[in-house]
Amino acid sequence: MDAAKYLFNYLIFPGFLFTAVVGLLATWVDRKVTARVHWRVGPPWYQPFADTVKLLGKEVIVPAGARATGFLIAPVVGLAAATLASAILWMANLYPSSSFVGDSIVVLYIMTIPAISMIIGASASGNPLGILGAAREMKLLFAYELPLVIIMLTTVVKVGSFSFEEILGYQSANGIMLGSVSGVIAFIVAIFCAQAKCTMIPFDIPEAETELAGGTHIEYSGAPLAVVKLNMGIMFFVMPIFIITMFWGGVSFAGLRILTTILKYVAIITIMILIKNTNPRVRIDQAVRFFWGPMLVLSIIALILAVLGY
Amino acid sequence: MSLALKALKKSPWVFHVNTGACNNCDIEILDALTPRFDLERFGILLVGSIRHADVLLITGPVTRNVLPRLKRLYEQAPKPIKVIVIGACGCRCGIFRDGYNIIGPVDKFIPVDAYVPGCPPKPEAIIAGVVKVLGTL
Repeated sequence: MDAAKYLFNYLIFPGFLFTAVVGLLATWVDRKVTARVHWRVGPPWYQPFADTVKLLGKEVIVPAGARATGFLIAPVVGLAAATLASAILWMANLYPSSSFVGDSIVVLYIMTIPAISMIIGASASGNPLGILGAAREMKLLFAYELPLVIIMLTTVVKVGSFSFEEILGYQSANGIMLGSVSGVIAFIVAIFCAQAKCTMIPFDIPEAETELAGGTHIEYSGAPLAVVKLNMGIMFFVMPIFIITMFWGGVSFAGLRILTTILKYVAIITIMILIKNTNPRVRIDQAVRFFWGPMLVLSIIALILAVLGY
Repeated sequence: MSLALKALKKSPWVFHVNTGACNNCDIEILDALTPRFDLERFGILLVGSIRHADVLLITGPVTRNVLPRLKRLYEQAPKPIKVIVIGACGCRCGIFRDGYNIIGPVDKFIPVDAYVPGCPPKPEAIIAGVVKVLGTL
């Protein structure tokens, strides 16, 4: 009985099916808002679904120089990890009793696996541009993980616990983290880290369509490419939800709170999309300097303020 | 009509190949992709890698140097793939037909689904060509 419940939670709700549908809709919001910024009409709402179905129907090519196993398994591993992160996050939000000690650490770890799977897949593709993309993805991962972990600690220091249940309980009892100075600073840093984690434009250095021609997913075609795109959509969904859980009081489906949940999520992705549309791509050394310089200083300030109780 | 083909009609991703054109048709292709015409309404995107492409836009007559690359590009593309030749040179070699390095129009070497003549064709003509190819699916 328990196994069936876990399978349902992982595969249907709030796991794979729910996350994939909402993630693809989120990529549509991304493309639509981008189009409106360009003063265009933009694609219809079913566009990401049409793209996915089309890619599933196309030929899958494994390049001659590639290691087929690693090349084909990597996107699936990334998808499984992103789905698991989403399932744990939503279960902790919707049914607080399913939260366990240290699940925020687990989610933080699992959310790095999609990036690592892309590094493995691109390295196995045997394409020089793909390998360049993998090297950049690795540097970017090292760059943004450090401030992300430190700002997570600001919440943990205040709450005194690593579990989502206590983090959410503390926020509903004492007001959201965004209401304090340290919370606001941490939230700003978190938005930039989310931008890098979703590889959106100031930090889309591993993909860099105009210089690496797709970078980490240059050699993917057909169904694996659909999985890679789905992966990106899911990360674009999970990362803002993680930020909302940590700093903005969490998500809920109870009554009117479903509306505020959607508003919180759309507010965060709109900020991310506007950053994407108003900035050029930075070089990898600039990105690392940005995260290990200003962002690290800001996050340490937030941590010190949190320790002092602000 | 199968679901995959229906979806292909809704999201044709184009890849752009120059086989020796004077660059004028390439400029017109980029014009067709600007916000003024907004081809993303129909799901048309310019992709950077041939592995992601559904439609090849080929400009220019085939030169001796580019022939092996053109054949390899066509083989690297995941099928089903549609090929559209843009410009008079790609269709019938145009003003370059007596050139010492020109070995023929594109359809002599790879199968072509549509021709958009003109020197260069207008963006409207390019869009009409893509629409006609999608109509044959």
